[in-house]
Amino acid sequence: MTTELPVLTAKDFASDQELRWCPRCGDYSILAQMKKILPTLGLPKEKIVFISGIGCSSRFPYYLNTYGFHGIHGRAPAIASGVKISNPDLNVWVITGDGDALSIGGNHLIHAIRRNVDLNIVLFNNQIYGLTKGQYSPTSPVGKRTKSSPYGSVDNPISPLCVAIGSEATFVARAVDVDIKHLCMVLERAAHHKGTSFVEVYQDCNVFNSGAFFYASKKNQKQDNVLYLEHGKPLVFGKNREKGIRVSEMSRPEIVELGNGVSEDDLLFHDEKAEEPSLAFLLARMRHPQFPEPVGIFRDVERPVYDEAVNTQLEEVVKEKGEGNLEELYNSGDTWTVS
Amino acid sequence: MASTDVASSESRSEKKQEQLDSVVIRFCGDSGDGMQLAGTQFTNVSAIFGNDVSTLPDFPAEIRAPAGSLAGVSGFQLSFSDHDIYTPGDEVDTLVAMNPAALKTNLKDLKKGGTLIVNEDSFDRNGLTKAAYQENPLDEDLLSSTYRLHRVSMTRLTRDAVEGLGLSNSEADRSKNFFALGLVYWLYDRDQQPTLDWVTEKFAKKPTIAEANIRALKAGRNFGDSTEAFAVHYRVAPAKLPPGKYRKITGNEALAIGLVTAAKQAGKNLFYAGYPITPASDILHELSKLKNFGVRTFQAEDEIAAMSAAVGGAFAGQLAITASSGPGICLKGEAMGLAVITELPVVIVNVQRGGPSTGLPTKTEQSDLLLSMFGRNGESPLPILAAASPSDCFEIAQQAMRIAVKYMTPVVLLSDGYIGNGAEPWKIPDISELVKISVSHPDQPNENGHFRPYLRDDRFVRPWAIPGTPHLEHRLGGLEKANVTGNVEYSPENHQLMTDIRAQKIRGIANDIPEQDLFGVNSGELLVISWGGTFGAVRTAVQEFTLNNQSVAHTHLRYLNPFPRNLAEIISRFEKVLIPELNNGQLRMLIRSEFLVDAQGLNKIQGKPFLVHEVRDAIEKMLKDHH
Repeated sequence: MTTELPVLTAKDFASDQELRWCPRCGDYSILAQMKKILPTLGLPKEKIVFISGIGCSSRFPYYLNTYGFHGIHGRAPAIASGVKISNPDLNVWVITGDGDALSIGGNHLIHAIRRNVDLNIVLFNNQIYGLTKGQYSPTSPVGKRTKSSPYGSVDNPISPLCVAIGSEATFVARAVDVDIKHLCMVLERAAHHKGTSFVEVYQDCNVFNSGAFFYASKKNQKQDNVLYLEHGKPLVFGKNREKGIRVSEMSRPEIVELGNGVSEDDLLFHDEKAEEPSLAFLLARMRHPQFPEPVGIFRDVERPVYDEAVNTQLEEVVKEKGEGNLEELYNSGDTWTVS
Repeated sequence: MASTDVASSESRSEKKQEQLDSVVIRFCGDSGDGMQLAGTQFTNVSAIFGNDVSTLPDFPAEIRAPAGSLAGVSGFQLSFSDHDIYTPGDEVDTLVAMNPAALKTNLKDLKKGGTLIVNEDSFDRNGLTKAAYQENPLDEDLLSSTYRLHRVSMTRLTRDAVEGLGLSNSEADRSKNFFALGLVYWLYDRDQQPTLDWVTEKFAKKPTIAEANIRALKAGRNFGDSTEAFAVHYRVAPAKLPPGKYRKITGNEALAIGLVTAAKQAGKNLFYAGYPITPASDILHELSKLKNFGVRTFQAEDEIAAMSAAVGGAFAGQLAITASSGPGICLKGEAMGLAVITELPVVIVNVQRGGPSTGLPTKTEQSDLLLSMFGRNGESPLPILAAASPSDCFEIAQQAMRIAVKYMTPVVLLSDGYIGNGAEPWKIPDISELVKISVSHPDQPNENGHFRPYLRDDRFVRPWAIPGTPHLEHRLGGLEKANVTGNVEYSPENHQLMTDIRAQKIRGIANDIPEQDLFGVNSGELLVISWGGTFGAVRTAVQEFTLNNQSVAHTHLRYLNPFPRNLAEIISRFEKVLIPELNNGQLRMLIRSEFLVDAQGLNKIQGKPFLVHEVRDAIEKMLKDHH
């Protein structure tokens, strides 16, 4: 039997709550793109759940008219795992930030990813603690001057994508908040992936860390600083698509000018389906300003999905042992009768 | 498995047999000597025979401390009797010591004139040095004049028994616990068949090991029967327990079975999220076996994740549980607060152990009551229940779940290491007598076409709408909620209102739990109040006074927040109050502040349960001070 689903639009996903992000915050764009792709998933609203931790990004669930849970700092992947294992029918999203996911919640993030729970994790990376008004975060660059690092941060930053790949993520992607068509494509692909999808979104905190990602978002800069990944295609970038990435004899990426005997065939070709994560890791390690930063789908492979495995195992045990019977359970082991 | 009707086991021995009403045995040896196994087997056969039993396993936190060392001694004490008993006993009648270290650490508990059986082969220079004995204590007159000492060459006799099986000496020596067990079986006329069956099944894939253990067990028994050293053996008749079918059960087993029962009764599935920790891990082990009951177990990456996942499971509509011990509960505090403000049902089990910090992982204590009451930020009240004994865990687990889902609240269920690992007979319940639990989830908007997640009923309970239900989409979270709508709301009036409502909802549970019962005189001089695993020792002590018609009563609390509605009235009928606890006076602090009564404490923080005489002495002192 097929049930006809009502045709939903972005408006159907808007809640009645007033948005309380700062004007021109990158979060608005991410919310808008999310509202665009949700109606395309072919799911009724009640099957969708947004779960978040603490931080500016984590207000996200309040602004969507789906089921939602604004959790506690860093724990969203754990709360979401509980939801998804309990009801695998639900489409579960985790909305988090760089502090939430990589500092206080680092442990939960890596374990949700390595289990491959069917969650869509979207990490808004603005390289700053915004809600607590401007302290350096685990992704802030060394030397960053903030309220808690007036002489410059001496903390070495962590790469969200490297953490995800190191945790054996099956879907890894990156997008930029204001690059809206590309962001939509990435969110849609993440939604359709079975297993944990991990998406890093460069998000501009225009109050406490304005311009951190202008190199990747401003019109006159991004062509030289961003590389759009396409499956099966060579790694080409630049205003006139005149540059590319080649792998040196030392197995390191290097930038080459196309022409003068260097053709696209000499470049590194992207393969998001590669089982072996080395390519994805190499791409994730390419950082501005030494390299253009790749955006798009780094990796999209299949691996058994945790919540499915939990429920399949349960069904198998029921099949093998029969549905649990309390009398039998009470009477298992040695018993005796007192008359 | 086997179901046995109670009948006297025929004694084949020609030796003299004496009747006893109650016996306390302790097996002790190195952690690698299999003492827990010996104790468990003795408990099983005694329970199957129909004795009442009560056990106290006592083992070191180290899996294998250095062999022969004082720190590595593992013990298992059990009491078995022909009448109702509540404790594993104060004094040991028969002590089996497998090495010098075990003798040194356990001898003080053996009663004067008691039976002392030692493996004399282990009392060599090396063994004595490790136990810091200058001279062999077995050669001292004091030992043989104070106790009935039996020096048995267990290592040699076990090796002889298994000869021909092709085992090395070290392999053969692993069976010497069965030799000791066989000897004690003879001494107390136990039926060895259940143990033989267990060995055969347990070692089905290692028939040589099975054979070695069986031979050692029989050799031990025959040794008792044929050696002149043992002139008498004893018999303890079956106890006159209420009629019914019984099995032996530990607290952790009973708790797991109780939770599964609650889920079945509620027509729901259980979601258990936990992280391994002593002494609570057995609950995870038990539940992970029961997948065919629809139990989903999630071994999380840490305690915080376990509690958070349980909250997620509850949001998704499952009966959510987590269990841990003190250090783990500290980590869960944050997400327990989240369950308080989102008003989701989760049962949090705390099998308490000695603290603070890592403390005494394998030893018992009752020092997390105030943690349960106050161990979260903000005003965050939640119900607290405590099991009184291993078998009580079965019912209290169901009550905890019933209250959680009926009142949409996290509930703390306190057990402790003594209850969790201890065993006693459990009267198998009639399914029709189980606690009734009903759960309902709304499927329609509840206010003019809108769904209001914090619209409450007359008990202040909000509806449990679960994701997947059309038209009831709503958002929960850790920020303060507006009553009714559940929207984020920081206004002063609303925060006061919500704080009051959350407190009032929990207080109202007092109308939904049984009235407090009282044992002994109805009013008079002294009321003894206890909670948790001290039930047995306190009840046994008070009983001695009530049998003497003295003006003492005992009330044992299973509900600690809210207190039973008639507790104030009970307390008011007595002139004095004594509260024995394995902590520095946590219940006493609550009782004093709630009822303004000058309650006195008996407090012990040694990682061990109360001995009956300790409670008796405290009662006596209070009665004496009175006159």
